[in-house]
Amino acid sequence: MPDGSFSHPQQRQFNPYSDNGGTILAIAGADFTVIAGDTRQSEGYSIQTRYAPKVFRLTDRAVLAVNGFAADGNMFVKKVKQRLEWYRHAHAKDMPLRAIARLIQTMLYAQRFFPYYVYNILGGIEEDGSGAVYSFDPVGSYEREACRAAGAAQSLVQPFLDNQIYFKNQAAAPNQSHPAHLPLPDVLSIVIDSFTSATERHIEVGDGLEIYVVLAKGRSAQGLEGARGIQELSTKSDGDRVFVIRRELKKD
Amino acid sequence: MHAFAERFSTNGAAAELRRAKEILGEDDDVSDVMWGSSGGFGSLVNGVPKFAVPSVPDPTSFLRMHTDDHADPSCRIKIKHGTTTLAFRFKGGVIVAVDSRATAGSYVASGTVKKVIEINPYLLGTMAGGAADCQYWETYLGIQCRLHELRNRERISVAAASKYLSNLVYSYKGMGLSMGTMICGWDKTGPAIFYVDSDGTRLKGDLFSVGSGSTFAYGVLDQGYRWDLTDEEAQELGRRSIYAAGHRDAFSGNTINLYHVKEDGWKFIGNYDISEMHYNGPGGADGYGYDVRVQGRTSANPPPEAAAAQA
Repeated sequence: MPDGSFSHPQQRQFNPYSDNGGTILAIAGADFTVIAGDTRQSEGYSIQTRYAPKVFRLTDRAVLAVNGFAADGNMFVKKVKQRLEWYRHAHAKDMPLRAIARLIQTMLYAQRFFPYYVYNILGGIEEDGSGAVYSFDPVGSYEREACRAAGAAQSLVQPFLDNQIYFKNQAAAPNQSHPAHLPLPDVLSIVIDSFTSATERHIEVGDGLEIYVVLAKGRSAQGLEGARGIQELSTKSDGDRVFVIRRELKKD
Repeated sequence: MHAFAERFSTNGAAAELRRAKEILGEDDDVSDVMWGSSGGFGSLVNGVPKFAVPSVPDPTSFLRMHTDDHADPSCRIKIKHGTTTLAFRFKGGVIVAVDSRATAGSYVASGTVKKVIEINPYLLGTMAGGAADCQYWETYLGIQCRLHELRNRERISVAAASKYLSNLVYSYKGMGLSMGTMICGWDKTGPAIFYVDSDGTRLKGDLFSVGSGSTFAYGVLDQGYRWDLTDEEAQELGRRSIYAAGHRDAFSGNTINLYHVKEDGWKFIGNYDISEMHYNGPGGADGYGYDVRVQGRTSANPPPEAAAAQA
């Protein structure tokens, strides 16, 4: 109509969410944890960037991987880091991992009626020196686990992890039992294989791979020294230590 | 005096800051939402937490549009669902048994969920419906129960604890919370169970089962239930009922978690794999499901007499 009104009924809706693809994964060992994510960011069928990190170092013993809607994810990580810095100023130490997990629950649940569209996986070293993985749903329910995959290729990767980490549907050799924890080189191989395979079969996964490794205090870097493209990120060399390994994935 | 004057003055730094806060709105997630220390600057619990709400005319339908996966399986934010939980009262206390499967649509999101929430050494809550809603509010209930103990120098009754939760979720009615829970414990009145859900229902009773597999669990539970069950019989009934639900309900399964509440608090009895229960049973001797169906009906599993004759 000339006056700016409409002759037909109009409908609008508020849609602030988008899905930016990608996949993240974390595996806990006896005294280490590996947290990894690809670096492709896409919307629909188009790739927005080939390098958008989804895995972030929070402290020398905690690493957070965030998947889902990238804008929400980046904002959420920013706010978690801010809370951890305040904690550092107030208590003159880093927040323990299980406390970070509970913090993330309350921060996610605070948005219960306007959720962050993010799936979080927190990995690191617990105060007792054991490797730990915590996985969250978008509104904050969480659980400690030994391994977890989330994101676009979750349904491709998690069954592989169930088989290789939990030994699901595998019978142990006679008079032998399955190991409770795998050594670091085996875990790294499983992570790399998970992502190369997910890249082959899922269009939203690829471009680059960032693997964070958190080692418990006092553990030698054995199993890492041969790794290509490794970089240490820890601030102290006598506490828990964080490393990142960067690899290429297929770009088609 | 100076501080007092400053608080109500219309100029100066404090007033500037106040105006800026009004214009920008309070920093929403550093408010009362965080229970513990806000990074060491806040203190303890100040009343009920506050929540961020989208600025649209109808926030509830916004939330439903993006999270309700029953109405729209393609919606983005999938909240974990699906469950079988049960609890019953008998002469030896309360048995609480649950499965451990969480589903998002038809995907098994987790097979290791802890659906029994340990509120404190005398109180258990069960989880059905939204996993985060149950986990968060029952943890919150634990804080309030502890405060009750400190204020009144005695433990909170199961009735009072469940009513606190029921009043709390009722204040959010229509906002989209989803929880069906049983608050179980032992207080001055003995063993007690209250069913509380997000509609505001609160029921006292001897026997409840909640969740998508509850009908299957009730079937086994009702035919085996007596008040004077022994402890072992009661635990077996709880386990067998969750097995039945795990076997027949696609949204339930994986493992069973079994708890027993007695006068001196709850005790974790064990975690049992449902497939393992099907073939071998809890003691490794008699399966709940396989032999009773197959024994004597296939050549791979002949009746005992035929097997003996062959040998």
